[in-house]
Amino acid sequence: MVERRATLGILAHAVMILGVLLVAFPIYLAFVASTHQPQDIVQSPMPLWPGSHLWETYRTALFGGGEGAERPPVARMMVVSFITAMVIALGKITISLLSAFAVVYFRFPLRNLCFWAIFITLMLPVEVRILPTYKVVADLGMLNSYAGLTVPLIASATATFLFRQFFLTVPDELAEAARMDGASPMRFFKDILVPLSRTSMAALFVIQFIYGWNQYLWPLLVTTNQDMYPVVLGIRAMMGGSGESMVEWNLVMATAIMAMVPPAIVVVLMQKWFVKGLVDTEK
Amino acid sequence: MASISLRKVTKRYGKDARAVQVIHGVSAEIQDGEFIVIVGPSGCGKSTLLRMVAGLEEISGGEIAIGDKVVNDVEPAQRDIAMVFQNYALYPHMSVFENMAYGLRIKNVPTDQIRASVDKAAKILELGHLLERKPRELSGGQRQRVAMGRAIVRQPKVFLFDEPLSNLDAKLRAQTRLEIQKLHQELGITSLFVTHDQVEAMTLAQRMIVMNGGMMEQFGTPEEVYHQPASTFVASFIGSPPMNLLKNGPGARKGATMGIRPEHLDIGATGWDMQVDNVELLGAERLVYGRVGSEPLIVRIEESAPSPVRGTTIQVAPREDRVHWFDTTSGKRLNA
Repeated sequence: MVERRATLGILAHAVMILGVLLVAFPIYLAFVASTHQPQDIVQSPMPLWPGSHLWETYRTALFGGGEGAERPPVARMMVVSFITAMVIALGKITISLLSAFAVVYFRFPLRNLCFWAIFITLMLPVEVRILPTYKVVADLGMLNSYAGLTVPLIASATATFLFRQFFLTVPDELAEAARMDGASPMRFFKDILVPLSRTSMAALFVIQFIYGWNQYLWPLLVTTNQDMYPVVLGIRAMMGGSGESMVEWNLVMATAIMAMVPPAIVVVLMQKWFVKGLVDTEK
Repeated sequence: MASISLRKVTKRYGKDARAVQVIHGVSAEIQDGEFIVIVGPSGCGKSTLLRMVAGLEEISGGEIAIGDKVVNDVEPAQRDIAMVFQNYALYPHMSVFENMAYGLRIKNVPTDQIRASVDKAAKILELGHLLERKPRELSGGQRQRVAMGRAIVRQPKVFLFDEPLSNLDAKLRAQTRLEIQKLHQELGITSLFVTHDQVEAMTLAQRMIVMNGGMMEQFGTPEEVYHQPASTFVASFIGSPPMNLLKNGPGARKGATMGIRPEHLDIGATGWDMQVDNVELLGAERLVYGRVGSEPLIVRIEESAPSPVRGTTIQVAPREDRVHWFDTTSGKRLNA
C-alpha cells in the first residue's frame, strides 16, 4: 500500500497539476483567442486573458455574416458533423451486432472464412483502401451526400470483433433456454442479446461517435460542396489557402472550441455506461 | 402429462469413420407421471440423452416419443416440455417475473393470464416477494427455484432437470431435493432428472436409469438397483462405500466375481481371515478397511459394536443370501 505522507501528497499533486496544465493550456489559449479581435491575436505577445468579443465572435462563426461573407456558417457544419457521426456510430453498432450474431450463433457454410474475412479488414485502415473506395462512391453518385460521408466508414471489423467476443462469453444455456421458451433466433437477439450488450454498445457508441466526428481525410475527398463540409474540414477551410486575406484566427479558434463540445458532451453523458462497458460484464 | 418412449436411441458426433458414438442404443419406456432419474459418472452420456429428449441435440438413430408422438423432428418449443438447467440459465437482465413470463409472452398469452400463471407458480415455490428482483440479487437456492418456476409456468407435459442441484451447498441440496419431491407429488408431471450423485438418484427416483459409457446398464426401482445390481458397474457405482467385488476371494468360482455389500459382512462369525488396515468412524457406524488374501475388503459395522484393532486379523463371514455373482469378463449379473 502507498503510505500517506505529506511530501508524497505534494509531489503527486504537482505531477497531476502539471499534467492538467499541459493538456488544458492549449485549449485555454484557443478559448482566449476566440474572445479577441483578430488583430489583437497576431500581436506579440498574444493576450493571455479572455477579451470582450466572445459573443460576437461566436455569433459570426456560427451563423456567418461579417466581412468574409463567402465563409460557410459553422452551424451548418456542426449539423453535418453531428449527423455523420451519429449515422456512423449507430450504423456500425447495428451492422456489427448483426454480423457478430451471425458468426457466433449460426453454423453456415464458410462461417470461419466469413469471420476471418471480416477480421483481416482490421489490418486495413481507411487510408489504405481510400482510392478504390473513392472510385466506388463516386461511381454510385454518392459524392457530396450523407451516404457518401458515412457508408464507407460504417463497415467495421473492430466492433464486430468486440461483439463476437462478448457473445462468446454469454452462456450457451441462455440460447437453449430461449429456444425451449419458443423464441425465434431474431427474438432471442432482440430480447436477450441486445439488452445484455447494452454496456458494450454504449462504450462503442462513444468511441465511434468521436471517430466519426474527427474524420478528416475521407470528407476531404468526397465533399466538394461547402454545404456538406463537416466541422473539422471547415476549420481547415477557414485557415484558407488563398493567402491574400488575413486568417481570422478568432473565428478559427471559436470553431475549434465548438468542434470539441459535442464529443465532450457525449463522453460526459455516457461516461458511466462507457466505463461499465469496458470493465465489467453484467452476468 | 405424457409417457416417454426411448427406442434404440443412438447419438454420434461427426461423420463416417471418424464419428464418435456417445449413446449406444438406449431403450426405455417411461410411464405417465413417473419420476425417472438418469444417473452415471461424468461422460456417460446422461446429459446428452436428456438434451436429445429436450430437442437440443439431434437424434442420430432410433426414436424418441413423448405421448404417442414421435418428436425426432419437432422443435424443442413444440415438444411441450420444460427444462431446468444446471446453471439455471436465467435471463440476467429480466426480473424474476419477466423470466417466468417470457415463454408465455412468446406464445402471446394474454397479460392477465400470464400474471395469474406466474403468481400461481410463485406461490407454490414461495417466490412471491422476489418477483421484482433481478437474478443477480438472488441467492443460489432462490435462483434454482426461479428456474423451476419458469418450468412450471409453462404447464409442460414433461419436466427435464439437468443436474439442477449441483451448484447448491449440501444443506440446501437436501432441502431442495425434498421440495422437488413434494412438487412432483402435487403436480404429477412426468420428470426426467439427470445427476451424477447416487444419493440424489436413490432418494428422488421412482425408477432410475444407470448409465455407463453411453449404454444403459440397468433400469429399475432404487430397491432393485441396490439389491439386484445388473452388473459390476452398477454394483460399484450405487451405494457408498461401494460393493466389495472379489475375483479370487475364498469360495471363488471360475470366471465369476463375487459381490458383497459392506453391511452384509459379519465380524466374529467364522469365515474369512481379514487383515485390518484401517478403521473409520462415520458417526453411527464404522468402516473397517482390510484385505482378504490379496483382495481389498470393506466392512460396515455399528458404532456400538467393538472396534477391530488395526494390524490384527479378524474373522468375517458373508451372509450367504446377500452374495451376488457376476460374470468376470462381461460384468453381467449371474444369479437372479
